Amino acid sequence: MNTKEFLIKLCNSRSVSGHESDVVQLIESAFSKYSDSIKVDNLGNVIILKKGKNNISNSKAMIAGHMDEIGLVVKSIEENGFIKFTNIGGIDPRTILSQEVTVHGTKDLFGVIVSKPPHLQEESENEKALKMDELYIDLGYDNNTVKNYVNIGDIITINREIKELRGDRLAGKSLDDKAGIASMYECIKELSKIEHELDIYFVCTVQEEVGLRGATTSAYKINPDFGVAIDVGFASTPELPKKHTIDMGMGPGITIGGNIHPKLREKLVETAKEYNIPFQYEVAPGGIGTDANAMQITREGIPTLNLSIPLRYMHTSVEVVDMKDIKNTAKLLAFFIASITSDNLEGLLCY
Amino acid sequence: MLLKKLTEASGVSGNEKEVRDIIISEIKDYVDDLKVDKLGNVIAYKNGKSSSKIFMITAHMDEVGLIVTDIDDKGLIKFTTVGGIDKRILVSKPVLIGDSKIPGVIGSKPIHLQKKSEREKAIDIDSLYIDIGTDTKDETSKYVKIGDYVAFDSIYVEFGDNMIKAKALDNRVGCSLLVELIKEVKDISFYGVFTVMEEIGLRGAGPAAYYVDPDISIVLEGTLCFDVPKIDSHLIPTYINKGPAISLMDRTTIFNKALRERIVDIAIKNNIPYQYRKSSMGGNDSGRIHTTKEGSVTATISVPCRNIHSPTSVMSKKDYENTYKLLKAILKEYEKGEFTDGI
Repeated sequence: MNTKEFLIKLCNSRSVSGHESDVVQLIESAFSKYSDSIKVDNLGNVIILKKGKNNISNSKAMIAGHMDEIGLVVKSIEENGFIKFTNIGGIDPRTILSQEVTVHGTKDLFGVIVSKPPHLQEESENEKALKMDELYIDLGYDNNTVKNYVNIGDIITINREIKELRGDRLAGKSLDDKAGIASMYECIKELSKIEHELDIYFVCTVQEEVGLRGATTSAYKINPDFGVAIDVGFASTPELPKKHTIDMGMGPGITIGGNIHPKLREKLVETAKEYNIPFQYEVAPGGIGTDANAMQITREGIPTLNLSIPLRYMHTSVEVVDMKDIKNTAKLLAFFIASITSDNLEGLLCY
Repeated sequence: MLLKKLTEASGVSGNEKEVRDIIISEIKDYVDDLKVDKLGNVIAYKNGKSSSKIFMITAHMDEVGLIVTDIDDKGLIKFTTVGGIDKRILVSKPVLIGDSKIPGVIGSKPIHLQKKSEREKAIDIDSLYIDIGTDTKDETSKYVKIGDYVAFDSIYVEFGDNMIKAKALDNRVGCSLLVELIKEVKDISFYGVFTVMEEIGLRGAGPAAYYVDPDISIVLEGTLCFDVPKIDSHLIPTYINKGPAISLMDRTTIFNKALRERIVDIAIKNNIPYQYRKSSMGGNDSGRIHTTKEGSVTATISVPCRNIHSPTSVMSKKDYENTYKLLKAILKEYEKGEFTDGI
């Protein structure tokens, strides 16, 4: 499957944190052609193993991208059938007014988030941000019918099919971090063309958005020699200070800071330079908000790297990524993996 | 389906061509006279039984939307609103720009980088922009130019119990009702008028009414519906599924009582559910029509629409059908010649 097609399918599917099973089959069918085994663990992480060649020392690397996405959940059903809800993961309520949604009840129900007509608003009412608990979902059914299909705790997702923008850019929901999954897919395809010694565990993790939970247990199970998280990074837009951002189309952000193993990171930068792959730096002094954070402090500690695919408008339903960045991230990762051997690994990891 | 076709067409006020073309192709074989006037209004006449009164039914073709005002150095597109839009609903939405419908998105600052105080405030329209995936002014300028109209990217969906979600239900629902009437009704003389630029100050209706010079007019609309729980019933302008909403007064018209009562009588006689539009906010083409030339009598009949002026307006097919039934019943009474000066 073409990586872009795979990514579009992934984003058009629904996998809210804790409810990721709908994308598992899609991931398995894409990766199976290039992998030696695929397992789903107790929490639902999909662990894809690609064995290395002549891996006498049994060295392992874990590559993590999260397959969960932010979403909403039903809190109550009101007397006229409208639904009250709250968020799973970080959602700015200002981004969900007038959105179309699907309530995943005993069957999937189409709905819209109700907004107050401007005609009825008080002067300057539209200066105020609405809170989640001031919003309702209209399912177009009366209270009794809604109760037949919907239970408190049912998952709700924003409806958004991927839009193809100019260049090779895509806009839609959950590109955070399905862009990372797509990058892993592109990477495993690259790896099947070149030789590598290490066993590579590609992990599509669950529940990253609610606290890096899938990475915590999968890193424990795999116990890799080092780990790499592939997630998305804030891409520059006019409202963001330059120091917090990386640029669209300029390659992956390579994270620098305490969460990142310094020598391994230097090797990553060297690889990018050697193969002429564009990259940028992203500085984060402390623990970062990706699976790299959980991996680093698993068991007795795991040397960790983080690659950020530039992404605009994070946690909205119109996140934007550039396919070029996804491909360059994959390429860098593949060449980096191929450059690691049991001979040089020990040297890279020692202080 | 006509309403799908009409709502998925772009017709932001001042740029109604796509909608006008659909309407003309639908009605041209069913009218005795058809013209597009100097502002772009479509004025159709059906010649039937002669009557001493001139009867006009109108619906506006335009919808609220955006217009491109600038392209910045990073290729991002600045815009302003056309018609009444709550700026808060624009965030995190896809849009279509210009005649070639270039896809773009309106994003917002990631929640991770917001200060707590920012979250209390709505995002100002001046800090919103459209991203089409380009990085420079030159690149964007290949696809988009200043003055291009921007419409919400939202398709027609049927859902729930006979409900419809679409953009621009205000007022393609009125256009659809009027097109259907023109195609079905025979032997009654009336003008069917599709106006431009209602949303930016009722600009098309005045000149159209000046030309037609009606005695009695019915303005068809999609109107406010906000029937969320825990609101006092007197604050709810209309309800979904309670039938066509008959206007009492709004910011532009105090509707003629005799005509309004006559319409209610017709609804009761024909067993058609109806409701009053209880808000005095908003306004419509009636404001211009009833004050044109020496003045005339008007009524407004509307289909209630939740989330009006947003990409996800919602209406009920049952309300549509009942509104259509009421209109046909009114025309039938009119055919009998029962509309006098006292209505």
